[in-house]
Amino acid sequence: MKSGAPNEQSPVLSVRDLCTVFGTRAGDVHAVNSVNFELSAGEILGVVGESGSGKTVTMMSMLRLLPSPPANVKAGTVHFEGRDLLQATDKELRRIRGGRIGFIFQDPMTSLNPVFSVGFQLRESLRRHLGMSRKAASKRSVELLEMVGIPDAESRLSAFPHQFSGGMRQRVMIAIALACDPSVLIADEPTTALDVTIQAQILELIRDLRRDLGMAIIWITHDLGVIAGIANRVLVMYAGQIVEHARVEDLFANPSHPYTRALISTVPAVRGHRAKRLNSIEGQAPTLLGMPNSCPFESRCSSAFARCAQEAPHRMQVGSSHDAACFLVENASHVATN
Amino acid sequence: MFDYTIRRTLLAIPTLLFISLILFLLLDLAPGDPTAQLPLTIPPEVKEKIRESLGLGQPLVIRYLLWLQQFFVNEPLHYLTEITGWDLSGDRQRVLSWQSRSPVVDIILQRLPQTLWVVGMSYVVGVLIALPIGIISAYRQYSWFDQIGTFVSMIGFSVPTFFTGVLLIVVFSVELGWFPSIYDTTHVVDDWSSFLFQVKQMIMPTMVLALYNAAQISRFMRASMLDNLNQDFVRTARSKGLRESTVVLVHVLRNSMIPVVTVIALGVPTVFGGAIITEQVFKVNGLGQLLITAIQANDIPMVQSLTFIFAILIVAFNLIADVLYGVLDPRIRYD
Repeated sequence: MKSGAPNEQSPVLSVRDLCTVFGTRAGDVHAVNSVNFELSAGEILGVVGESGSGKTVTMMSMLRLLPSPPANVKAGTVHFEGRDLLQATDKELRRIRGGRIGFIFQDPMTSLNPVFSVGFQLRESLRRHLGMSRKAASKRSVELLEMVGIPDAESRLSAFPHQFSGGMRQRVMIAIALACDPSVLIADEPTTALDVTIQAQILELIRDLRRDLGMAIIWITHDLGVIAGIANRVLVMYAGQIVEHARVEDLFANPSHPYTRALISTVPAVRGHRAKRLNSIEGQAPTLLGMPNSCPFESRCSSAFARCAQEAPHRMQVGSSHDAACFLVENASHVATN
Repeated sequence: MFDYTIRRTLLAIPTLLFISLILFLLLDLAPGDPTAQLPLTIPPEVKEKIRESLGLGQPLVIRYLLWLQQFFVNEPLHYLTEITGWDLSGDRQRVLSWQSRSPVVDIILQRLPQTLWVVGMSYVVGVLIALPIGIISAYRQYSWFDQIGTFVSMIGFSVPTFFTGVLLIVVFSVELGWFPSIYDTTHVVDDWSSFLFQVKQMIMPTMVLALYNAAQISRFMRASMLDNLNQDFVRTARSKGLRESTVVLVHVLRNSMIPVVTVIALGVPTVFGGAIITEQVFKVNGLGQLLITAIQANDIPMVQSLTFIFAILIVAFNLIADVLYGVLDPRIRYD
């Protein structure tokens, strides 16, 4: 690292033109299409989108965690700590996975290995990345379990995952992800499989840990409520593309992409008038076979016009750190400038 | 776990008694007469006396109870007498073969080493071949290695051993003359060259059976690995930055071994049963061959004792498999 104080603006992680394709019998599925984003130190970046929108595949592609074949990260760069992760050797990559970038996954029931004790699975990371002795690793494991709020941590070290509740298991996962003090934590729908009260506890825990440890977090979810509560900035993904990017307050105050607007309208109101039917976005997400040459949301969009079917919109500036991939935005800014 | 093992062991006793009764009744129902093979010149009255001297004149219940006493009391006492040197057995009657009039257990103990060497070795070799093949096949699913491995195991599984055995004899004994076609059980290993001969004569029967065993076990191993390779915890292990070898050989393998260990443990009794056909092909006079000749000669005490010993082994290895299951998988607790 070069000298100089850590700059708030310099990103820890920057992704450029990331493209991932899955080879299938029916043809290539373009799961991630030219994704660009940056992650600043200490921020929480929310990533929302419906199932199959490419949220998880994007994150997995960055660290080459997808099985290949069928997955193929075709293009792009992922800059992290002075190197491109897509060009890094397997050895370098292994040092970063779990060491500099931690992961939490959706389902804590299946994400932990059922036949090894929690202590074993914690020590494994510590010994691998920090070269700790078994004893030191055990000691650190107890601290980590205490940090994530597991009572009676010392005796729980020899317990197996099935002896923990869902929320406790997710806490164990968090402890493993944070074991080596990473600068980035990627949380892939960490609260989706948990019930609402546990979900709130986990959110609280992550917020506290970020305050104390200062890592940057990428938080993948399809729950806009969670995003509103935790994120600083938000990426909205649809059909393997980022369709809108904004600070969280701007996103809810001024959603600029029709998809984002539709997504927000599907959230049922808790207060006030209760809707008879839940809102939904009509139609199906595109299959992503073949390269997109139109706006992927065109078929479901209420404000689509002729141009939407002919070319794909690029991300266009809406305001400061706010952009959306929609021709309406372009027209609106034209009107504004004229 | 300990309580469970004890409970299961105790439960095995009534199970085995029941099995022994069924075996006894089945053999009694089976047609056949132990004196049928005696020369026709022996008058019927004498034949009848011979039958009575074999104990066949007594009612079924008495014969069954006598067998039980001989097998469960007299034989262990005799064994104790032999090791301790104290006279515990007195003149208690041991289970005698009708063919040779010598104690059944002694004959079985004579035959056991041949079976253990040939069939047991083939099982060990089979397992040692099968596990790596299964693991690599699954890890590189649909690769050339996997395609060939799956094809060979299909062949190994579907071609009977009496065919592969004879095929090997024709190629390696008759045409090439590398290995003897007959297993010489009287061969004594006392120096290097006799050891080499022993290895040579073991290779063919061992390989024939090993192919068959490996075919079965490698398929189980492959399927079990495939079940686990796509699990979420594997992704977690990779995301922790573990080496690929650790991910596969520690995280995946430990989970995949659970069902495979059961299959391997349950296969062990068949080793003792001897591969009856393969022993015939290579003239290995082990337990399998002993059973066949005893059946042909209507030697009921021998058949009864052998089949019952197999039953004990099957029950025992079932128990061992269940206990191992609990050892490997912490989610299974038998209390």
